[in-house]
This record gives sequence, structure tokens and C-alpha cells, in this order.
Amino acid sequence: MRAVVVVFPGSNCDTDCFHVLRDVIKTPVEFVWHKEGNFPKTDLVVLPGGFSYGDYLRTGAIARFSPAMESVRRHAAEGRPVLGICNGFQILLEAGLLPGAMLRNKTLSFVCKPVWICVEDTHTPFTQKTQRGELLQIPIAHGEGNYYCDEETLKKLKDNSQIIFRYCSEKGEVGEAFNPNGSRDHIAGIVNERRNVLGMMPHPERASEAILASEDGRKIWESVCL
Amino acid sequence: MYNAKINVTLKKSVLDPQGQTILHALESLGFKDVKKVRVGKFFELLIEACDRKTAEEKIKEMCHQLLINPVIEEYTFEMGEVK
Repeated sequence: MRAVVVVFPGSNCDTDCFHVLRDVIKTPVEFVWHKEGNFPKTDLVVLPGGFSYGDYLRTGAIARFSPAMESVRRHAAEGRPVLGICNGFQILLEAGLLPGAMLRNKTLSFVCKPVWICVEDTHTPFTQKTQRGELLQIPIAHGEGNYYCDEETLKKLKDNSQIIFRYCSEKGEVGEAFNPNGSRDHIAGIVNERRNVLGMMPHPERASEAILASEDGRKIWESVCL
Repeated sequence: MYNAKINVTLKKSVLDPQGQTILHALESLGFKDVKKVRVGKFFELLIEACDRKTAEEKIKEMCHQLLINPVIEEYTFEMGEVK
């Protein structure tokens, strides 16, 4: 098992992801600078959080043109896992590797706090070591996490069980009161039809060690690094 | 040479929380006649093209490939010739 973390100008969660993979999960990992159009074959690609290209135009809109994204596309087309976290999720949407788009948070504020999410489906490389209905406490930190898609896309996401995480309460209740950004159907994370590309707004790398109050995020890393 | 002015707004089916907040702020300033606010983006660009039709086609392509995200946004534009 080998992983790469793609670094864009403006990424700021790259080192955290690298640290968790190398020191906590004990997986060989390397950084790939976004200019590298042809990075070596790897098992897992992580697109980390941050503000790639200063969020110019739209979040993730410019990063999609980075040479490294060609390799990411190839990697995904071969059925190998891609994990996009926060800005990584936004990039995957802009690149068309996942359906939908991000809007500004309903409250218009940047929200940075621990939230609860519910595992909706375990048939993905990223959730295979979790239980359906399991609750995970993982922090979010974003201004544009208000996931949007049209009715037709939402129906498809539901029919194919592509919704992987939903925001919820500590007890697992799903509803407006527990949705931090106004996302459609309380979506916190989705996969593509092939189930090898996951985009999620919460940051599992910030909840993978006891010292950081929650270790729930580790289950995602352990699932995908199995 | 053509000068294009492109207006981008969120699609009507997409909620615009920024627009709503501004609407409420205008109301509290006493502008009670305002019924709707939509916030958008504005691009102005100079483009070289052999004729008007070619310039229009290029602008549409640019909008679809980069300037707008068709999942959430729509656009209109006007264009004038620059001598």
C-alpha cells in the first residue's frame, strides 16, 4: 500500500494528511507537487484541504487544470481510490470526477467546529471498516461546503447509495438543526458511481489521534489503507 | 477586437443566501420597495476575432469551460466592437 498527497499552491492540510498516513497508519506516503503531470503509480491519491489558488473564480476551479490532475484522472479511471477532503472535494466536483457543485454556506460564515456524521454506506474502500449507521465525530472547516445538485442527480445518488456521510446529531438524528452548511439532503460526503472516488467536507486527518480529542477519522484511513 | 461584458448569476432554482441577506439589509435601511436581490459576478474581456459571430462563439465556449459552473450558475453577455 502506497499513497500520495497532491500539493497545490494554497493547500494547507497536506502535511496533516501526510503525517497521519506515515506516522499513524504506517503507510508509505509521498508528496506530489501539482506540476507533476505524470506521477508514479500509487494505490491511494489524497487531495487535501486548503485554499488552492486562493479560491479564485470558484473553489477548486483552477486546481482542476493542474498537470497532476491528469494523473489523478487516470488513477481514478483505473478504479483505484481517490480521497478528496474539503478543498479536495471541491476540486473533484469542479473536475467532474464527482457530480454536483459547492455553494457558500447557508449562514454565509466560515464554520470551523467538530460535527457528527453518520456512515450511510460501507460498500466503499473508504468505509469498509465502519458499520452502517456508525456515528463519527470529525471537524469541519469551510466557507463553501453547501453541497448542491439537481433533483435528478440527487435521485441517482440515492438510488445508487452514493451518499456516504450525512451530518447528524450526537444521537444520529438527521435534520436542519444538525446541518452546518445547508447542504442538499444533509450530505457530508459522496462517492462516484464506481465507488472509488470519495469527496467529503469533514477532515478525518484532524481526528485520527487521541490527543486531538477524536480518533473517529482513523477508521476512514484504516479502511482505505487496508 | 470586441469588448464583452459577461454577467454571471446563480440559477433561479439555486438559493442565493447572499442576495437574501443583502435584501434584508436594504429593507432595514428603509428601501422597502426592493423585492429581490441576486448577487453575481461580472467579467469584462477584450477578445480578438475575425467577426462578431466567432467572438460570440468563443465567449460561450469560455463560459462553459471555465467562467461559469453550469451546475449552479447561468450567464448573459453583451458585446461591442472596439475600433
